Amino acid sequence: MKYDTVIGLEVHLHLNTKTKAFCACSTEFGSIANFQTCPVCLGMPGSLPVYNKVALDYAIKVALALNCTVQEYTKFDRKNYFYPDLPKNYQVSQYDLPLSLSGFLEIELGAKPKRIGITRVHMEEDAGKLIHKEDNSLVDFNRTGIPLLEIVSEPDMNSPEEAHSYLTELKSVLEYLDVSDCDMEKGSLRCDANISLKKPEDKKLGVKVELKNMNSFKAVKDALNYEVERQAQLLDEGKTIGQETRLWDTEKSITVSMRTKEGAQDYRYFPEPDLPPFIISKTTVEEIKSKLPESGRDKLQRFVREYGLTNYDAKILVSNKKDAEYAEKCIKAYPESDKKMVVNWLVGAMLSEANARNSSIAALNIPENNLISLLVSIQKQEISNLSAKSVLSEMVSSGKAPLQIIKEKNFAQISDAGELDKIVDEVIKDNQKSVADLKAGKENALMFLVGQAMKKSKGKGNPKLLQEIFKRRLS
Amino acid sequence: MELYTLTAHELLKKINKGEAKTSDIVTSLFDRIKEVNPKVNSYVRINEAEGASAYSGIPVSIKDNICTKGLNTECCSKILQGFKPPYEATVINKIHASGNCILKTKTNMDEFAFGSSTENSYFKPAHNPWNLEYVPGGSSGGSAAAVAADEAIWALGSDTGGSIRQPASFCGVVGLKPTYGRVSRYGLIAFASSLDQIGPITKDVEDSALLMNIISGHDPLDSTSLNIPVPDYTRSLVNDIKGIKIGIPKEYFIEGLDNEVKNTIDEALNKLRSLGAEVKPVSLPHTEYAVPVYYIVATAEASSNLARFDGVQYGFRAESKNLIEMYKKTRGEGFGEEAKRRIILGTFVLSHGYYDAYYLRALKVRTLIKNDFDKVFKDFDCLITPTSPTPAFKIGEKVNDPLKMYLSDICTISANLAGIPGLSIPCGFTKSGLPIGMQILGKPLGEEMLFQIAHTYEQNTEWHKLKPKI
Amino acid sequence: MAIDKNTVEYTAHLARIELGQPELETLSKQLHDILDFIDKLKEADVEGVMPTSHILPVNNVLREDIVKPSLPVEEVLKNAPNRQGNFFAVPKIIE
Repeated sequence: MKYDTVIGLEVHLHLNTKTKAFCACSTEFGSIANFQTCPVCLGMPGSLPVYNKVALDYAIKVALALNCTVQEYTKFDRKNYFYPDLPKNYQVSQYDLPLSLSGFLEIELGAKPKRIGITRVHMEEDAGKLIHKEDNSLVDFNRTGIPLLEIVSEPDMNSPEEAHSYLTELKSVLEYLDVSDCDMEKGSLRCDANISLKKPEDKKLGVKVELKNMNSFKAVKDALNYEVERQAQLLDEGKTIGQETRLWDTEKSITVSMRTKEGAQDYRYFPEPDLPPFIISKTTVEEIKSKLPESGRDKLQRFVREYGLTNYDAKILVSNKKDAEYAEKCIKAYPESDKKMVVNWLVGAMLSEANARNSSIAALNIPENNLISLLVSIQKQEISNLSAKSVLSEMVSSGKAPLQIIKEKNFAQISDAGELDKIVDEVIKDNQKSVADLKAGKENALMFLVGQAMKKSKGKGNPKLLQEIFKRRLS
Repeated sequence: MELYTLTAHELLKKINKGEAKTSDIVTSLFDRIKEVNPKVNSYVRINEAEGASAYSGIPVSIKDNICTKGLNTECCSKILQGFKPPYEATVINKIHASGNCILKTKTNMDEFAFGSSTENSYFKPAHNPWNLEYVPGGSSGGSAAAVAADEAIWALGSDTGGSIRQPASFCGVVGLKPTYGRVSRYGLIAFASSLDQIGPITKDVEDSALLMNIISGHDPLDSTSLNIPVPDYTRSLVNDIKGIKIGIPKEYFIEGLDNEVKNTIDEALNKLRSLGAEVKPVSLPHTEYAVPVYYIVATAEASSNLARFDGVQYGFRAESKNLIEMYKKTRGEGFGEEAKRRIILGTFVLSHGYYDAYYLRALKVRTLIKNDFDKVFKDFDCLITPTSPTPAFKIGEKVNDPLKMYLSDICTISANLAGIPGLSIPCGFTKSGLPIGMQILGKPLGEEMLFQIAHTYEQNTEWHKLKPKI
Repeated sequence: MAIDKNTVEYTAHLARIELGQPELETLSKQLHDILDFIDKLKEADVEGVMPTSHILPVNNVLREDIVKPSLPVEEVLKNAPNRQGNFFAVPKIIE
């Protein structure tokens, strides 16, 4: 039986402010346990919170980037529950009057873009970290109080692929705002999923299962895929789906029920009396909106429009904000009005170098003028395309300028007729069969012979001239 | 004349004249404490060796729910036993910055400020210096008793529903609850965050004004503190109330008001009339809802504020085999009866299914109560009521009847709900020698008016000169 | 309002407070009386009235994003009933 899949995602995002949400402790990652705490984030008796100005600014930026309506009046609430990583045994969060509502994110999966609704984006604080030992548990409060945003989607996704696409698009949008590291492995982005299945003809949604403990976008997709199968099988057998929370087990690639004795939690939300509400004027919102950095999507369209890139190439370059900015610097520095060559090198050779080093084109740290210098050399036929690729590798590892490398490593293209003649002689001598083929009319033989000549010349032969020489001698 | 019998302003004069040093005052106080504390029990965990935090100015006595760095702060509760805060409350920093110091021992209180008699203290009750069989009031009973017994020159208490004013009136001293937000709450172990304020308990009005000058002001560590300049409150210490309009809310003078209290207040009002004030009746129609609103809002906030006392980071931790057992046993054994009662009540009114009927409704009625005051203050400079419907009661009399105990807050509670300042000043005695206090309520940030009226009354009466024989 | 023992017991569980049986009995009676009294609030006319959750006319209180020194870790842990190295130790969490 074929079922409709309905998925909603809840993302928790660490904002990369310098200090915590309600106190001035540093938010730097990886410090020694309990080294970044103070009476406020420890919830010591008598301590009081004061909200971080930049966290509020970032929150509004995210809400706007996700097309939400920023509320004019918003307040914090207390979410009350007991757990050792929560020092006050309540979390400062937002309940009925959150920062923003009713936004959307467009994902591109297939021909048409699809709008995934975003119910709300609200502000809250993170809890600490628990380390479970055999006989007890250890608590580290360094992470307590780090400012979080909770981004809740509408249950608008209808496949694990769409969910994955939502996450990658969301990450891209957030990276462009520069408000978070968005790193699931580091824990600065966490995702819980809700999934239910229903028969296509049913109007009512099926029983919702909550999935937790997924540590990567792939894990989210895998967990959802597993759930679709698990639930479909149960429904086929006529069984009911239990409304529960299930944990993703990465090792076994299955979801496991999280058996808790308690029923639904009663959080006893009430307005946080220690924090006066916020009144966010339309003027403030407009001001922040006007200062928002260009989104990845807008940049893509602009690259196509201004520099004549193809959609395909532009998409590659804007997928990462730093790369996009670097690419644009290179494109601007390139002297010709037709930018095809520099773009080809960025999405071609540069990207290959980056991938081989598990890096990104911007992180290769090649000053744009150096890249341009290399491209100009190629155009002036000072070096061959092939050599240029080797020079590029050298530029990445040594950090030196291309002209210096060309000189030092003797990469200059051989265009001298005399020298080239000598190389052609040798190649002809060693490749009699191909010579015969060429004379017999086989076109490939020419390219093969040129290739051999390039090899012999260690890539330095001028391929165009070589081609002409071969043609002349062997026709 | 023993130094401990003097007021802070008298001692400051002596210090300036070179007739006394702070160390003399501290010694004098500890001598007095040794003499009477066993009877009055104003102070807990007395440790003479600690002395004062610095030897400068006049030592202030501090209630056990105000955090003092390195000095035990336990809210007179078992669950916070041994807690030494690693930081100082803002008011303590302000006291030091003003050139004064604190006494390094804390005053007795109802556990977590839950109470009106100081009988809920883990360290046994404090006693009323005017009659040791009677309560000193609460929850700042220790501070009030200490000031009345000359075991303290001046003290800080906290007031959530009357906890400064009521014990001040029971002990015959001056107690002020400032406008909400006037004094920083940073370092005050919270009971009800939207109602709590720290305030002075003193021998006379001048000391109250001096101490208010020191502790008031904006605190960047407290989001609920007002960013408004602090006037010099001593400038309000004038002897003149001609033309001042005083309202007498009729809802505070109903059945249940002790006759002696009623008569004493009437006499005090006559005195004020004779000094030129206009005294007229007014109405605060929603007064009857104040106690129910308070016991919903305050307990709800308290249930959340006290959730942190769980044995994890500080204080008492019960023996247990697992986490849930640790939480339940720690809180079951560590909290006293009244604390448990209030926490459970507060948890209940916030819980699913009851929130709208109780908590939300209470917040709405709170608006109505505030509106009552706003309306009346358009035409009046202040309001006067009894501070408490009865004088001090006997120790043990009400402690087993929580509802009866709650009802004794009826005169003071509304001021906390409305966020307005209230001052209690002694205005007489019962036939049996128990003090009676008069409460003056002012507009938000109207402390200056309160000081003016209180000072004028005080200068024209002798109540503040009387001392108990212990 | 009639509040029965079960409700009190459940509420005490929400508040993580262990009550002995006699305590539960007494508390249930007292809370019953208190809630009866509090029910008086039903008489108030709250039609169209906004709730007051913050009594002050104050909004938008914010702080600059500037790092200040944290508490020295010894101060953080000095009151700990049970510590292990730089961590607070708590008993096993049984789900």
